[in-house]
Amino acid sequence: MSSTVDARGLSCPQPVILTLNRIKELGKGAIEVLVDTDTSRENVSRAATSKGWEIKDIRPEGTGYRLILVKN
Amino acid sequence: MRVRNILATRWGIIIVGSIIGILASLLQKMGNPGNMGICVACFERDIAGTLGLHRAAVVQYMRPEIIGFVLGALAAALIFKEFRPRSGSAPIVRFILGVFAMIGALVFLGCPWRALLRLAGGDLNAILGLAGLGFGIWIGTLFLKGGYNLGRAETTYPSVGLLLPLVMLGFLALALIYPQVSGEPASGVLFYSTKGPGAMHAPLIVSLIVGLVVGVLAQQSRFCTMGAIRDLILFRQTHLFGGIVALLVVAGITNLALGQFHPGFTGQPVAHNLHIWNFAGMALAGLAFALAGGCPGRQLFLAGEGDGDAAIFVLGMIVGAAFAHNFGLASSPSGLGPHGMAAVFTGLVVCLFIGFTMRKKLA
Repeated sequence: MSSTVDARGLSCPQPVILTLNRIKELGKGAIEVLVDTDTSRENVSRAATSKGWEIKDIRPEGTGYRLILVKN
Repeated sequence: MRVRNILATRWGIIIVGSIIGILASLLQKMGNPGNMGICVACFERDIAGTLGLHRAAVVQYMRPEIIGFVLGALAAALIFKEFRPRSGSAPIVRFILGVFAMIGALVFLGCPWRALLRLAGGDLNAILGLAGLGFGIWIGTLFLKGGYNLGRAETTYPSVGLLLPLVMLGFLALALIYPQVSGEPASGVLFYSTKGPGAMHAPLIVSLIVGLVVGVLAQQSRFCTMGAIRDLILFRQTHLFGGIVALLVVAGITNLALGQFHPGFTGQPVAHNLHIWNFAGMALAGLAFALAGGCPGRQLFLAGEGDGDAAIFVLGMIVGAAFAHNFGLASSPSGLGPHGMAAVFTGLVVCLFIGFTMRKKLA
């Protein structure tokens, strides 16, 4: 995985800000996002989808989730 | 993990906002103060009063809605496996933000929920409050864009996340052990208002059940009034905004149906019409909410799902209410408190200090 955003422990709206910043930086490709609440999982998914990125995978990791965002 | 959380969808949050709007109007019908079916700031202030942290005789009551919000959110978080005990993200900052958020809200006379409910009841002064709220949140988004953040929380013991819910259970126990005695200003260790807003309340069991229901719904939907405006400004996202529009519209319709809609600027319940200070008070509150990451309601729901930092914000608000009334910072229907203006300026300076100095690049 080339690009990881570690948003664990961060409260709203930091996970979304970090994810959107990375999306802006890369333009396309794959991003791995680590979050530790369901709210962050939902918010990051919603924000990424709104920018045309696909949520390729969401799986539990530790006490949170690992999301894989992809745009070709 | 559930496949899909219905309440966190666009229609989910609109339904939750609508239900809150109906329940708030009904609570007013059943005894809560005018345009105050639900007000997180006012109700935490009443709790500070019943505990004797301030002695403003007209605002003392152990509001079961607040207790229900926290316990309902806890129940939802446990049922849906979302309870995440966490703390350690700049607790002292969150406490101070809670203090000044409450002071700002009490200059206006209401939290964002009540600002919406005041407008839904026809109180046009709420427009100034909501404009101020938006302005304060806009300042907050500038800080967020500049890298402001309070750092990471750490996962911690489950019992840490249970402490505020346990405090709320303790409050409920006190209210049951020392129930209100009609016409008496105190019962055991608790103080009770015999007149004023603190004397107006729906039956305890009704308030508690409504609180629990709202707690469950709001925890699951992530309902947040500050987040609604912040996300609109910061991300052009309307998701949460749908919830507050629904609350406003449905509470307005319910008020019309119940004969609780009285449009105008003057003679509004528990309100003053000093436009500048309605705006400035809520600007301070909005900035403090934005810097802390949630409106007062959201902070209660977060505290219920284990967020110890949100719990500190709640305690800050309760202590802020005590300062507001002990130092003459809170407004009343007759106008500003003697030191309300000084408090708003002080609060803005403190919030700007926090916003300007707490930024760090996060990897």
